[in-house]
Amino acid sequence: MEIASRRYGDVVVAAPAGRIDHANADGLTAALAPLLEPGAGVPALLLDFSGVDYISSVGLRVLMMAAKQLRGQQRKLGVAAAKPLVGEIFEISRFNLILDLSPTVRAGLERMSPAAVAAYDASAASAA
Amino acid sequence: MRVRFWGTRGSLPVALTGAEVRAKVVAAVRGASGRSFNGDTEVEAYVDSLPIDVAGTFGGHSSCVEIEPGGPDHVICDLGSGVRAFGQAALAKHGAVPQTYHIFMSHVHWDHIMGLPFFTPAYIPGNKVFIYGGHAQLEEALRRQQARPSFPVDFAALRATIEFVRLEPATRYDIAGMSVTLKKQRHAGDSYGYRFEAGGRSVIYSTDSEHSLADMKETESFVEFFRGADLVIFDAMYSLVDAISVKADWGHSSNIVGVELCQRAGVGQLCMFHHEPASSDATLAKVLADTRRFEEITRIGAPLVITSAYDGMEIDL
Repeated sequence: MEIASRRYGDVVVAAPAGRIDHANADGLTAALAPLLEPGAGVPALLLDFSGVDYISSVGLRVLMMAAKQLRGQQRKLGVAAAKPLVGEIFEISRFNLILDLSPTVRAGLERMSPAAVAAYDASAASAA
Repeated sequence: MRVRFWGTRGSLPVALTGAEVRAKVVAAVRGASGRSFNGDTEVEAYVDSLPIDVAGTFGGHSSCVEIEPGGPDHVICDLGSGVRAFGQAALAKHGAVPQTYHIFMSHVHWDHIMGLPFFTPAYIPGNKVFIYGGHAQLEEALRRQQARPSFPVDFAALRATIEFVRLEPATRYDIAGMSVTLKKQRHAGDSYGYRFEAGGRSVIYSTDSEHSLADMKETESFVEFFRGADLVIFDAMYSLVDAISVKADWGHSSNIVGVELCQRAGVGQLCMFHHEPASSDATLAKVLADTRRFEEITRIGAPLVITSAYDGMEIDL
């Protein structure tokens, strides 16, 4: 699984896409691995879930392992912009209790770092 | 084939408290506000329209499930506290006529064996009791719980003819008119799940079973074990997040994993079982509603019927 990523200040926003289930959860693990390494230079990671259509228990486990790994290094993990169906899966599995969820990428950045929000807004302004 | 639940609670039997009963009565009376009832029939119809967390309870006995394959013998899974009521019902129905009981044990943890000393048919000469399981320590565990100082009546007082039968996984047995296979499961000290088939119907009894999401091969083996079953009775004790974090390696599973396995296996009905003793009726009702919604939004192929076991529940297949 390839994940598009972009840095805003001290936060990296990575965007997995499609279904995350038993068939490709290993791919998500592999794709996230470079971002999770202690020397990756990623103080905080925000997953933009706007392109994710479905996530199974195996995929949720990948998120939990990533959050656990980052937390052990005093780094943050957030998930933003999940589609309504994926949001329901977070709630029914009770993952909403352990994941830092935000309705939009900007809101997610806002929770993590003022510098990242400023960089995001500047990027959006220049794109407009 | 009929399945009847005599005990559905996990780990420890529980009882409704007075405060919980009062809350149910208050909710029922509040719901009746403004209504008028013309006789008991209408009162009972109103009560029957209320959800289980108001008009009933999921119940508190530990694991015991009866399967009626259609023959004269009795078949039950596990000897939790629910087996006491099962034994009383069998005696009420058959009186002094000797009966044969086939008991399939998932494992010998306390909540799955505690009912035997209160299973009256086991004390009656002439009855036959076959106790099946995959554990070598099956007989030892059942004898030990009735030895001093744990219990005042020794196992030797059970005057029925009792025979222990060790079963091997992946072997097909013909017992009580059914085809029976068992599968080792992930649980402290191991547990065994059973697949019962008779008359073109199939039931899986899979409790006290943790599913490792990191082991795809193991997952596939359970999909095959569940394949095409009409009913899967499944350990859904925890939420998914608890099952793989704070309660990882506690030997239990979740509603989410139950739905996923059953969907992939083409199962007809998933019945959630081995309820967390700390969960209230309202919590279990919420879990049932959430699980039905999860099945709906993740459905692949035919709908999977979702139910949640309660003491006294019957499922006809």
